[in-house]
Amino acid sequence: MSGFPEVAVVGFGQSPQVRETTGTTNGVEMLVPVFQRLLADTGLSRREVGFWCSGSSDYLAGRAFSFVTAVDAIGALPPIAESHVEGDAAWALYEAWLKIRMGEADTALVYGFGKSSAGDLRRVLALQLDPYLVAPLWPDSVSIAALQARVGIEAGLWSEKEMAEVAARSRADGATNPHAQLREPLDPAGLLDTPYLADPLRAHDCAPITDGAAAIVLAAGHRAAELCERPAWITGLEHRVDSPVLGARDLGRAPSAGAAAAAAGTDGVQVAELATPFTSQELLLRRELGLADDVAVNPSGGPLCGNPMFAGGLVRIGEAAARVMSGQAGKVLAHASNGPLLQQNLICVMEGR
Amino acid sequence: MAAALAAVLGTGQTKHTSKRTDVSMAGLCREAIDRALADAQVGWDEVDAVVLGKAPDLFEGVMMPELVLADAIGATGKPLLRVHTAGSVGGSTGVVAASLVQAGVHRRVLAVAFEKQSESNAMWALSIAVPFSMPVNAGAGGYFAPHVRSYIRRSGAPDHIGAMVAVKDRRNGARNPYAHLHQPDITLESVLSSTMLWDPIRYDETCPSSDGACAVLIGDEAAADAALADGRQPAWIRGTVMRTEPTVAVGRNHANPQAGRDAAAALWAKAGITDPLAEIDVAEIYVPFSWFEPMWLENLGFVPAGEGWKLTESGGTELGGRLPVNPSGGVLSSNPIGASGLLRFAEAAMQVMGRAGDHQVSDARTALGHAYGGGSQFFAMWVVGSEKPGVRR
Repeated sequence: MSGFPEVAVVGFGQSPQVRETTGTTNGVEMLVPVFQRLLADTGLSRREVGFWCSGSSDYLAGRAFSFVTAVDAIGALPPIAESHVEGDAAWALYEAWLKIRMGEADTALVYGFGKSSAGDLRRVLALQLDPYLVAPLWPDSVSIAALQARVGIEAGLWSEKEMAEVAARSRADGATNPHAQLREPLDPAGLLDTPYLADPLRAHDCAPITDGAAAIVLAAGHRAAELCERPAWITGLEHRVDSPVLGARDLGRAPSAGAAAAAAGTDGVQVAELATPFTSQELLLRRELGLADDVAVNPSGGPLCGNPMFAGGLVRIGEAAARVMSGQAGKVLAHASNGPLLQQNLICVMEGR
Repeated sequence: MAAALAAVLGTGQTKHTSKRTDVSMAGLCREAIDRALADAQVGWDEVDAVVLGKAPDLFEGVMMPELVLADAIGATGKPLLRVHTAGSVGGSTGVVAASLVQAGVHRRVLAVAFEKQSESNAMWALSIAVPFSMPVNAGAGGYFAPHVRSYIRRSGAPDHIGAMVAVKDRRNGARNPYAHLHQPDITLESVLSSTMLWDPIRYDETCPSSDGACAVLIGDEAAADAALADGRQPAWIRGTVMRTEPTVAVGRNHANPQAGRDAAAALWAKAGITDPLAEIDVAEIYVPFSWFEPMWLENLGFVPAGEGWKLTESGGTELGGRLPVNPSGGVLSSNPIGASGLLRFAEAAMQVMGRAGDHQVSDARTALGHAYGGGSQFFAMWVVGSEKPGVRR
């Protein structure tokens, strides 16, 4: 990395994670208070931000250009340097990281937003599948996750009991997260007696449907220390994608996640925030990333307590960074994902100094 | 901190047309990619990352199609970034792909942008339903026509300027084998007698709806040096820029937006250009409706406000003129929306690489690629040159 500036997360803010937010169908209204608090927290003024980048999806809102109105949440006059990714805002963070590294900006504000309640999320996500051969069958997102969970169970990679333990642990942790949508603890004893939602997935195995938004401020080395007492320095930021052909993939694996983690360097990580909306996917990813048993996974409660689409990966980075910024952890890992069954994966490793 | 040098090593595009029913989206992209890799003489195993751009997903009816295209565009196992910045997206795709090299992350990056408009209906997708906007249902032309009328009123431009642009771009397009429309016999009279669609924009002054894709291979300094040593001229990227402003704001200048003026000023400064009209040899500018040529000539700072139409009227923007604009035929000859910006960027590169064929501008050493989108609010541009930048920023 010599010759290019180091980059750190210096601020993180998020909206409440809720089942249905008020406002227009793209949910852009959720961003305004998030921006206000985040800029106040970092002491950065709107006009100082060197680059803005967002992640969202038109299909969630059911309209073209749903990100355009998000520009109104910024107040982009005078004009701003800005870009947008169609996907989780963790990839917007990646684009902003590039801009800081190449010297185009010394600060960046990255944001993501999604109003899943605007449509039928399970069916909307089916439109990510092969449009010629698969999507016309409308395989919904929970059903294909069930196929993946079944593959893992049959292969002996995980069990329904272990899946229930992930759910119970997540919900216990989520009880301490003021932004979480689900904060009621689960009784681990009765979980396996509850009915299937999509065999072998039960309700507790699946993330709730969530509306939400989040934002992160990045800064270059010389600015980071001015904006934050203990920045979360990004030491590895990598992403990869796997084949979209579900029948050609080993669904018990996510090789792109493993490759990204290997490239990012995971040694010494104490906390991992994983964008796994199904309990089985957390078990899959733990193995794929090679996380040690003592790594705390999703201490925020994770996606199983609130899963704002297209902001969710950025929330994971923010939650992990927050543990560094607060001094609770020294080295952390965050994961983000796009597409069906962990097809595309991003790993962000951060540390305090 | 200096950005690393980056250069275009090769470009490729499809023959643009209204309906490519013989290929899937994957096949369409792959045609452009295969041509770009061949032009760059770069193999799949040498591509470190892929950036895909396209306009709204509703244009094809696939949510985040880059995911399902991952195998076909050679991204599987590699980093894949998806960009979406409205109509400027093709340009933004080039900018983001360049930044992957300029930030020192990768050595060779493939940028690909496409639109397969025949899969859906762009007019419908662009007519945003209530409650987001007024139910005009007139597509992009209906949105931009009032801006054109405002420009004509302010500048005092004569009525035939738009038709002149259409004649020039369509005749240029006839020299470009990849252009959707080939109309070598178009005349001022025929354009002026075509149907009025959105006053003052006539049918022949409007971009077509196209299926098409474009790909650009961007390499680092060592890769570009190696290409040059091998006798293949790279297009050195001398500067990139992106700027955004709101769709609607009190006092906003829709006909000459500040974001475009700011972007151009920043771009010229980055590229070390002080007199763009004298120093830019050829410009590929996003002109989907004829009148946007004089409007953008002013917005980009080639001429003072109110003077753009005079450069057009003088013939200065024709092939062989003082500043040839859109020798490829431009958006008026081909508009695969998501790819149109990257086509402008690629055509600018082709000019300084000397590979523009029958629409080559002689001795083109410095070229502008330009794209805009949304309600004239998103801008992406680059300047490329045949000479390696000697002094880094």
